[in-house]
Amino acid sequence: MNYNWNWNIFWEAAPDGGGSYFDSLISGLLWTLATAALAWIIALVLGSIVGTIRTGPNKWAARIGNAYVELFRNIPLLVQMFLWYFVMPELMPTEIGNWLKSMPNAPFITAVLSLGFFTSARVAVQVSTGINALPRGQRMAGTALGLSLPQTYRYVLLPMAFRIIIPSLTNEVAAIIKNSSVALTIGLMELTASARSMQEFSFQVFEAFTAATLIYLAVSVIAIVAANLLEKFLAVPGFITSGSAKSGGQ
Amino acid sequence: MFANFDFDVIQRSWVYLFATGMTFTLKLTLMAMLGGTVLGTFLAMMRLSSNKLVAGFATTYVNIMRSVPLVLVIFWFYFLVPYLGAWVTGSNEPMQVGAFSSCLITFVMFEAAYYCEIMRSGIQSIPRGQIWAGYAMGMNYWQTMGHIVLPQAFRNMIPILFTQTIVLFQDVSLVYVLSITDFVGAASKVAQRDGRLVEMYSFVAVVYFIMCFGLSSLVKKLQQKVAIIR
Repeated sequence: MNYNWNWNIFWEAAPDGGGSYFDSLISGLLWTLATAALAWIIALVLGSIVGTIRTGPNKWAARIGNAYVELFRNIPLLVQMFLWYFVMPELMPTEIGNWLKSMPNAPFITAVLSLGFFTSARVAVQVSTGINALPRGQRMAGTALGLSLPQTYRYVLLPMAFRIIIPSLTNEVAAIIKNSSVALTIGLMELTASARSMQEFSFQVFEAFTAATLIYLAVSVIAIVAANLLEKFLAVPGFITSGSAKSGGQ
Repeated sequence: MFANFDFDVIQRSWVYLFATGMTFTLKLTLMAMLGGTVLGTFLAMMRLSSNKLVAGFATTYVNIMRSVPLVLVIFWFYFLVPYLGAWVTGSNEPMQVGAFSSCLITFVMFEAAYYCEIMRSGIQSIPRGQIWAGYAMGMNYWQTMGHIVLPQAFRNMIPILFTQTIVLFQDVSLVYVLSITDFVGAASKVAQRDGRLVEMYSFVAVVYFIMCFGLSSLVKKLQQKVAIIR
């Protein structure tokens, strides 16, 4: 194989003027984490609301919730990003559209919105699954105690449901970090885009992608460890929720 | 709002979009599904093997694939495959690999990790007693797997395998990053040539929505049909 390995490439100056290639990878990582974190807040809030509505007694509200989920699940993320980035400003009144297009961090804001809405549909499915997985008696117990429906959700169902779905929510956190790489198609210089541009300028394909891969691996290991700690911390005593029999004491 | 829209562009280009773009997307999806399922099943059997080395290799492979974004995997294989080809054939020059083969290898290797996890839970859903029953009847490992465990595992997992395939169908759109003419690639080429981004991308979204929604409704029906009554 005629390939010139050069692991010192990371310390050479990148042509974009922002320091060495290593610095641009780190800046890419920060963009990735910032996008994922902000999008996750949108996803969790919207997803919890839609997921709760889907399990409620109001048929029409549940139908709208289902339609929301189907809409965001059945269009590829890449296409959704294009819709937010290219199509949305055109559908707005002209002044707002022009303002949107001229924003300094348009790709970042678009990526956050697009990823947030995309992931919110997936979170919604998990929230409804979690609520539906609870024994029917819990809802009835809430009623028997004289709680109103919102109170039953607030004090009984949601706290239990969220603890049940922590493992799958963790998967979504990992997925949102990975999915943020799709934002390179609308010009966000996140981690994959930085590795790609490093490869284009330096021709050191394998060093660039190896570095990006290792960073993604490190991030996902940290995410998994943090999730396990969170799961242990939030476990309901006496309940085996995620199949981890460790906390059961037997 | 739609005053300056030009929906003619879709009428002018739909033959190209479907004949070139969608054909590529569908061909890649189906072949990657087949290849990914076969490789994924082998990976699942490796992960469940009692040989620590074999199981460890498969586990590492699956975990690495699953923690790296697909876009990065697409880039990896796009650059790696020509070098691997040269290495296998012993040639000095990187091998010329077509866009389709390069994408196919990428998606088979990537999706295999996901299909592996599906097949693993499928295999693990079969009671152990059935394996012992197979051995008791004088079957060897491969016969027990091939005649008893895998057919049932597949049947249990059919809905999830198809759901993953719908995800794969959507993921194929990411080959856009290599400027390949899949469905999205074709649409974006027309969009940029005619300056009609809004119409083209909206059309792409509608087509994907109809296809994926239709397929996932079919999978739901199938799920009720293949469910084994226990």
